[in-house]
Amino acid sequence: MIYFDNVSKIYKKNSVALQNVTLTIPSGEFVSVVGHSGAGKTTLTKMILAEEAPSEGTVFFESINVHKLKNKDLTRLRRRIGVVFQDFKLLSNKTAYENIAFAMEAVGKSDAEIASDVPHVLELVDLGSKIMHFPSQMSGGEQQRLAIARAIINQPELIIADEPTGNLDPINTHEIIQILKKINDLGTTVILATHNRGVIDSIGRRVITMENGKIIRDDKNGKYAL
Amino acid sequence: MQTLKRIVKSGYINFKRSGLISWAAVLVTTITLSVITIIILLQAVLYSSLGQIKDKVDVTIYFNVGAPESEILALKSSLEKLPEVKEISYTSAPEALALFRERHQNDYPTIQALDEINTNPLGAYLNVKAKEVSQYETIANFLKSDNALVSGSQSIIDKVNYHQNKLVIDRLNTIIGGAQRLGLLITLILVGISIIVMFNTIRLTIFISREEIGVMRLVGASKVIVQGPFMVEGAIYGIVATVITMALFFPGTLWLGSKMTAFFGLNLFDYYLSHFFQIFAILLLSGILLGMISSFIAARRYLNK
Repeated sequence: MIYFDNVSKIYKKNSVALQNVTLTIPSGEFVSVVGHSGAGKTTLTKMILAEEAPSEGTVFFESINVHKLKNKDLTRLRRRIGVVFQDFKLLSNKTAYENIAFAMEAVGKSDAEIASDVPHVLELVDLGSKIMHFPSQMSGGEQQRLAIARAIINQPELIIADEPTGNLDPINTHEIIQILKKINDLGTTVILATHNRGVIDSIGRRVITMENGKIIRDDKNGKYAL
Repeated sequence: MQTLKRIVKSGYINFKRSGLISWAAVLVTTITLSVITIIILLQAVLYSSLGQIKDKVDVTIYFNVGAPESEILALKSSLEKLPEVKEISYTSAPEALALFRERHQNDYPTIQALDEINTNPLGAYLNVKAKEVSQYETIANFLKSDNALVSGSQSIIDKVNYHQNKLVIDRLNTIIGGAQRLGLLITLILVGISIIVMFNTIRLTIFISREEIGVMRLVGASKVIVQGPFMVEGAIYGIVATVITMALFFPGTLWLGSKMTAFFGLNLFDYYLSHFFQIFAILLLSGILLGMISSFIAARRYLNK
């Protein structure tokens, strides 16, 4: 589904974010990308969304070279990907309902579909009682669950979660990982970037370990090995 | 249609929820629109003053004593056909005499001398007003020309006072032109400054949302869906600011009208009321356009990510 072909990202001479990364992620897989801060995890995920352009190499989403896409086509591609960030990146002046509704409006869903699906997905992440709350009125765990609800509402083929548990306590972290596993069980590909040892060890799926912009390990049923 | 409805609704909700930031933008927009209103009123004062001065300028064609009225009226109708001529008044010889007597009614020797002559020494005259001060020369030249319309008139014309007034008219013409150019320059500078201040305020309000714009794009929202609500917000700033400005200038011009009419030579309150809808339309259009264009440009910066 995703293919990195010898991708490098060099910001300045001495600042290399990715170095000759070649990587294949098949559809339906749960992949954890681990590494210390600055190892290149976030750059890797940003490449898939075409937030960053590679200095060398090519990134494919299925057969599409994502960095050759025109603005309109890139918007369409992003609709097939759900994104979850460490700092949630919710729309602060919209309620929980409106945050999810916005993602549905973006793909052109009708008002009736929005009215029926939004409460349902909020129930799914246990936020049914917070439907009219603003993000500032929610805890960190609740905000992250809202972000996940937004990421899955349009049934994307891929979820990218960049340090989704970085700001959460162990209980909330466990909940978020369980939700991501459930999403993966339903067939959605998940890429999880994290440096949380406990999280990686509890998942028991494929682990890609990065250091200084390079992939140093790729284990099928990996553990945290740094 | 559904997208447009959502964009308008979202813009309105954003405006309501942004609280102080929205009102700061409305305040700056109100200042911009107030500058535009002040300029409209100042232009009205300037044009009214210039109009009054222009109205005092005219050219009089004096005819020889005994010139046949039919020829004078023929010349009058020829002159009336000139596009430069605004109006012509004809004063016949007996009327000229009556006016002269009235003017000099306390000047006994003059009246006595007139009585002794026993005939009317005054000729008829035409008083010509041009549409623009600069056009008097054209009219004077027309009278001197060999044009068929005026042929034969030379013999009945005693004198045309344009040449005596030429210096005053020319000077006035220069002053009027200068005042209008200066007015336009000041207008452009003030409006320019106001637009820059307003644009920067709106840019700041959107700068606050720059991260959210990026998130919206990552969620897969098209440019229109992201940019649209900001433009609607900009339009709302314009609409609200127009209403506030119109409300502020109501008591403002009422006070100026009651205190300063003699100074301005124009009752600003009357002018404001009689041009209420024109001013409202100008402000509304300027406010909405400025708000929308500023928002469009400011949001565009963060869209291409």
